[in-house]
Amino acid sequence: MALPEKLTLEFDELCTHYPERRAALIPALHRCQEELGGWLSPETLEDVAAYFDMEPVEVYAVASFYPMFFLRPVGRHVVSVCRNISCNLRGADDIIACASKATGAKVGGSSEDGRFYLEAVECQGGCTNAPMMVVDGKYHEDLTAEKVEKILGELS
Amino acid sequence: MNHPTYLLDRIENKDSHTLAAYREAGGYSALEKVLKSMSPADVIDEIKASGLRGRGGAGFPTGLKWSFMPDPEKDTRPRHLAVNADESEPGTCKDRVLMREDPHGLVEGTLIACYAMRCQAAYIYVRGEYRLPYQRVQAAIDEAREAGLVGENIAGSGFSCEIYMHKGAGAYICGEETGLMESLEGKRGHPRPKPPFPAGFGLWGRPTTVNNVETIFNAPFIIDRGADWFRTMGSEKSPGNFLCGISGQVERPGVYELPLGMPAREILEKVAGGVWKQRKLKAWIPGGSSTGFQRPETIDTPMDHDSLKAMGSMFGTGAMIILDETASIVRSARVLLDFYEHESCGQCSQCREGTQWLAQIFRRIEIGEGRMEDIQLLEDLANGMAPGKTICALSDAAAIPTHSVVRNFRDELEEYVREGGHPDYRQGRVLEETTS
Ligand SMILES: Cc1cc2nc3c(=O)[nH]c(=O)nc-3n(C[C@H](O)[C@H](O)[C@H](O)COP(=O)(O)O)c2cc1C
Ligand code: SF4
Ligand code: FES
Repeated sequence: MALPEKLTLEFDELCTHYPERRAALIPALHRCQEELGGWLSPETLEDVAAYFDMEPVEVYAVASFYPMFFLRPVGRHVVSVCRNISCNLRGADDIIACASKATGAKVGGSSEDGRFYLEAVECQGGCTNAPMMVVDGKYHEDLTAEKVEKILGELS
Repeated sequence: MNHPTYLLDRIENKDSHTLAAYREAGGYSALEKVLKSMSPADVIDEIKASGLRGRGGAGFPTGLKWSFMPDPEKDTRPRHLAVNADESEPGTCKDRVLMREDPHGLVEGTLIACYAMRCQAAYIYVRGEYRLPYQRVQAAIDEAREAGLVGENIAGSGFSCEIYMHKGAGAYICGEETGLMESLEGKRGHPRPKPPFPAGFGLWGRPTTVNNVETIFNAPFIIDRGADWFRTMGSEKSPGNFLCGISGQVERPGVYELPLGMPAREILEKVAGGVWKQRKLKAWIPGGSSTGFQRPETIDTPMDHDSLKAMGSMFGTGAMIILDETASIVRSARVLLDFYEHESCGQCSQCREGTQWLAQIFRRIEIGEGRMEDIQLLEDLANGMAPGKTICALSDAAAIPTHSVVRNFRDELEEYVREGGHPDYRQGRVLEETTS
């Protein structure tokens, strides 16, 4: 297998931003995760390694360092609820419990129907509007249990 | 409160993130001034004279930092500015506002900094979660390039500078300046031992300066209005305004623009409406999670670098976190130590093991399995981790809140050990597991 041309063309351009091509690796992994099924499969990591002239294990070592990269399949919608201090002080524990109920997923796992992946994450820079969560990259702030149910209930 | 403002003035304007709105508000006039009538050394001198201190955590004088870059006559290697937009210190969410609402201010500041240090290319390292801020800054760069303000021969001046956005992938340690550089080079975000310092050996071994978003954002104002104007705000040793994020158990949490040196009590009570639900203050954290839990009696301390240092804390990122009388210090400390454990990059054993132990001890005290000896153990462990015993300051950042709990809230630790933990656990209420 090889990476789709659409991606390699993008990566060719990205590499021109840096004196060493490897610097484009993390942005490239982001694009792969977005375009190739929501996670970085072993095949994808191999393809990326081939593109950057690296050993697959080197790419794996980088990808596994960063919490935003998934190295196993996850549910269609990624729900990341903040568990850190400013959110915790305003009820994040209850929000996490509520998100778990609404998604049918345990923290760190996906729901059985494959709709959701739920994670409790560190501070996401929404502290002054706590509690908060990010769903598929979109920030939802000043949460209440009702809001969480509504936001998650509307996703297919 | 009738203090002069500048940092957030433009964000009320319609479409404040666009070039048209930025120009309308007088934007890019500082860059013009720099290109037309100032030498790189003039710019550095003006920033030095302003007394601007870094807003990323350490409060280092910005002009001085810029002057550490080697003389380009003698050192002809390409050189870089890395703008630190990793913003992941718990409690901190100010850079996000600037990037989202006023991205051209960051672009103009970046160009001025690059001119002063003669950098050919700047990289703005944005935490991966900040999707909208990333898009806004990227769009601003594109607009500026279109207008001849980014790229080759800017505004016909002969000065050329590229600005690239770079997306991180969710690791606190990539906010540490050398961790950031490793990450930008496409590696794990493992901080580098210092020396060598970034000005001599930074990105790809080239001279590099790392500055926080808010720091860079201040530069065009200083150039435009002058160092003397800047010094009319804030305190003598910490001039200017800062973005104060106030969060936690407070009536009106938010990001406010305030003069450095404003007493924390005034910020809490007048700006942010006081502790929520008319409760009493139990503790406050002055400047982001790494600055420790402080006693309510210290709330009159002015919010600036030297005053907070004298009080035994730090200004950090200027992000105040408020805990009311019902809050559990032990639980909050456990939440923070879970964080530091999770974010330790693992290179130094004191930090890797220490954060794990501290998190475990706070947890067992929280759930009612603590012992009195644990309190001394917390102190001893934290002493083994800091200060300055590891490659980077994350280890210190975990030790500081730990010491603060033992020193300032020992009574609560003892009570939890005696009485069976957090009141939830005494009543048999067990929380959902949130670590995975
Ligand atoms: C563990 C750790 C995390 C840090 N995270 C950030 C961050 O997210 N943003 C930031 O600007 N500085 C952060 N810093 C501080 C940077 O190392 C550096 O001092 C700063 O970016 C310099 O910019 P300034 O001089 O403009 O403040 C962090 C430091 C440490 C030790
Ligand atoms: S102090 Fe901690 S985070 Fe910093 S380099 Fe050492 S192990 Fe990594
Ligand atoms: S603590 Fe939750 S977003 Fe910062």
